[in-house]
Amino acid sequence: MPSTLTDLAPMLPEIWLAAMACVVLVADVYAGRGRITVAYLLAQLSLLGALWLLLRDRSAVPVSLFDGAFLRDELADLLKLFVLALTAAAFAYARGYLRDRGLERGEYFTLGLFGVLGMMVLISAGSLLTLYLGLELLALSLYAMVALHRDSLEASEAAMKYFVLGALASGMALYGISLLYGVTGTLGLDEVARAAAADGADPVMLLALAFVVVGVAFKLGAVPFHMWIPDVYHGAPAAVALYVGAAPKIAGFALAMRLLVEGLGGLQGQWADMLTVLAVLSLAVGNVVAIAQTNIKRMLGYSTISHMGFLLLGLLAGTRDGYGAAMFYALTYALMAAGAFGVVAVMSRGCEAERLDDYRGLNARNPWLAFLMLVLMFSMAGVPPTVGFYAKLTVLKAVIDVGALWLAVLAVIFSVIGAFYYLRVVKLMYFDEPPQEAPVHAGLEAGTVLSVNGLAVLGLGILPGALLALCLQAVG
Amino acid sequence: MLADWPLLSLVVWTPIVGGVLVLLAGDRAGTGAKRIALAFALLTFALSIPLFTGFDRDTALMQFEERVPWIPAFDIYYHLGVDGISMPLNLLTTFATVLVVIAGWEVIRERPAQYMAAFLVMEGLMVGVFSALDAALFYVFWEGMLIPMFLVIGMWGGPRRVYATIKFFLYTFLGSVLMLVALIYLYHKSGSFSILDYHQVPLGMREQLLIFLAFLVAFAVKVPMWPVHTWLPDAHVEAPTGGSVILAAIMLKIGAYGFLRFSLPITPDASAALDWLMILLSLVAVVYIGFVALVQEDMKKLIAYSSIAHMGLVTLGFFILYTIAERGSGLRGAALGIEGGLVQMISHGFISGALFLCVGVLYDRMHTRLIRDYGGVVNTMPAFAAFAVLFAMANAGLPGTSGFVGEFMVVLASFKADPWFAALAATTVVLGAAYTLWLVKRVVFGPVANERVAALRDLDAREYVVLGALALAVIAVGVWPDPLTEVMHASVENLVQQATSSKIQMLAAHP
Repeated sequence: MPSTLTDLAPMLPEIWLAAMACVVLVADVYAGRGRITVAYLLAQLSLLGALWLLLRDRSAVPVSLFDGAFLRDELADLLKLFVLALTAAAFAYARGYLRDRGLERGEYFTLGLFGVLGMMVLISAGSLLTLYLGLELLALSLYAMVALHRDSLEASEAAMKYFVLGALASGMALYGISLLYGVTGTLGLDEVARAAAADGADPVMLLALAFVVVGVAFKLGAVPFHMWIPDVYHGAPAAVALYVGAAPKIAGFALAMRLLVEGLGGLQGQWADMLTVLAVLSLAVGNVVAIAQTNIKRMLGYSTISHMGFLLLGLLAGTRDGYGAAMFYALTYALMAAGAFGVVAVMSRGCEAERLDDYRGLNARNPWLAFLMLVLMFSMAGVPPTVGFYAKLTVLKAVIDVGALWLAVLAVIFSVIGAFYYLRVVKLMYFDEPPQEAPVHAGLEAGTVLSVNGLAVLGLGILPGALLALCLQAVG
Repeated sequence: MLADWPLLSLVVWTPIVGGVLVLLAGDRAGTGAKRIALAFALLTFALSIPLFTGFDRDTALMQFEERVPWIPAFDIYYHLGVDGISMPLNLLTTFATVLVVIAGWEVIRERPAQYMAAFLVMEGLMVGVFSALDAALFYVFWEGMLIPMFLVIGMWGGPRRVYATIKFFLYTFLGSVLMLVALIYLYHKSGSFSILDYHQVPLGMREQLLIFLAFLVAFAVKVPMWPVHTWLPDAHVEAPTGGSVILAAIMLKIGAYGFLRFSLPITPDASAALDWLMILLSLVAVVYIGFVALVQEDMKKLIAYSSIAHMGLVTLGFFILYTIAERGSGLRGAALGIEGGLVQMISHGFISGALFLCVGVLYDRMHTRLIRDYGGVVNTMPAFAAFAVLFAMANAGLPGTSGFVGEFMVVLASFKADPWFAALAATTVVLGAAYTLWLVKRVVFGPVANERVAALRDLDAREYVVLGALALAVIAVGVWPDPLTEVMHASVENLVQQATSSKIQMLAAHP
């Protein structure tokens, strides 16, 4: 146990965020009119502060606190960095949208901050208990955020679905965790790992593994546990879909990494088979069904599912390269998703720009925004020179290295099918006539952040080496 | 002095930077954006000339090499270099882009800045494809160039442009992803992404066959070979003139280049085992597509089919090398087919580009590409008619034009392989003459068909420059092909050497 306050220093970012989330909540009550600005600025301040605390002193990394229940390693720091930065970007995109909708309540930011806290705890989890704690804190924040627009029937319905399915999946995961505890007699992931390596063939252990995998698959949105994704993305306000679609994917990866790789690495052979099924189904269903969508949020939802299939491919390779590839995929996908939903949120000023048709002729109305969306779409399709290509390249390489050539071939064929619906967005923006001539304004702040986001996708596509090396280092 | 510059990087990046500048200048700058585009296209062309003049003709090694670590975690290098096979293609690219920029000067009225920028960016990427010596880098350029072409066809194309461009993109994308899997597999085997290492890595027969087929899908779609050619007529018909020119002059060559850089040296045994398939597909393209071209009513479609037939001759020239080597004509004879194919590629780049530009000239005035809407153009556009007849003759392989040199070399080489191959390949001369001369007869000659033709005005200065430059190139290569073939000799002989040394035996020797 930490004896003094200074021993808690490694978790200062989390402590700061928890405190600031409460400050935002209270400040929001007292601030009166123009409240959004106060809440928004405080929220951004919290995120930036956490970023600063995270990067300030990294000499002690890796370190563990509370008997190994809280870990801070390279993996955790890199993931947290992206979570914080992407959430800050998401808040910037969401601001104008929320103001227009009269959703200008501090709740969005408070819940958002608690969600970030949940993600960070999850990322740093060294024991099953911390893991579940982080998972639930994140999930509860997300349920409430989806329901934020309480006058909207669609949003309420989406929140309800999300909550029911999410609670079920959490229950499954918790059941698996309890079985693990029953078999191994410990909550510490390192001791679970030892036990799993020792008697991996234990049937109760395998039962626990199955439940745990269900929990992970639900969080990631892998088929057949994907049902909530299209509904939540579709029903939730764009500002919330934007939040749900980006950073939590990183948390989902962390969950898989901590639980399956670090905790149950000894059962890799078993869970790799399960993940193979999930990955293939996700690639197939995600890519094929996305073609039929007319709503861009729903389309992006199915696209997420297919991307998670790719991420799982990296994980199931079961090598250092594979984990690094999956991590790179998670980070870059979150970056792309934040950008794509950012464009949706920016376009949704005044009225919801949800239908694909709303993007007709965007090149004539705002060439820069159209260009950014073009880059993001090609990146999601995996066309170089964008970062999405390297994400796919690293995953394919990991899969081929372990000899699963058929998985690689299957994955690339589905990504060709997937390319069609990304191309369709480009086609609408560039080849079609705009229904109205009115130019689209992104606003200075959202526009700047969006530009940075889009150019990062392009820039990382030209020089992906550094981030890739960091990912490989973090998992190794 | 010049030799110390990173010339290839300059040729790759100058047009890309130019493209960004043109985009930034935008359409508000009036003709400013176009001027910047032309300046950068000319500058790039000028920068590419030292690649030819400074080229060492006696070595098969890569020249003008640049190699810096790019993604160290995966051993991926930013590795550029050219040999006698890729260098002429680089020049063709920079030359064609200048012409395309000039040709689009007044014709493109909507968003000209984006149009010019797309071509400049594409130029850099295509030079990159021909120069990349790292497989990952090659793939990045190879795929990257689809994006500007996708936009060019989709934004400035004809009425069915969206269908055509999505078909174009998905066809080529499907082909290339399988190649990506093969490239990664080769990395898995050789431990590096270097194409030159791929040439050395020993492979078993089964591996070679699978890799060969993966490459075949990618390159056959690009060339395009029968039966995966169907995207090409659509793309050509719908693309704006500049897009057609680049497609025909350069993009098709990239597929053929792939066979030389990847298929033959990396999978020699599979190439030898499946050469019958390649020869068969090539001959089908030459003969069958030649007949298909004969019945076309749309000028662009006719030239598109003619391109497929001519590219069939190119792939035939490449893959007869095993039969020639078997028949005892030796490596020198085998090299003839490949060199013929290469000359045919360059020559076809000039001729098909010129023909598409000729169609563009007519289309800009009449807004129709149907042959029956024309007739007697010579009466109102004599200068144009002179050019059109010259290029048509070149397309039919008239001696004294570049078209003759390549066709003659390939037919000669196929004679060494098998007289039957030669007989079928030679039908290209007959069929080519039939469809192009018939086209010329119907469009250019005869009485003036209608009052719209009567109202045509002849070429303006801009069109004179573009067609004149191409005419010069066509005749120069036709009369004196030596400077072109000289640079190829060493590299082609080296390639034949690689393509005929079995990797299976290598594997047996060093398991």
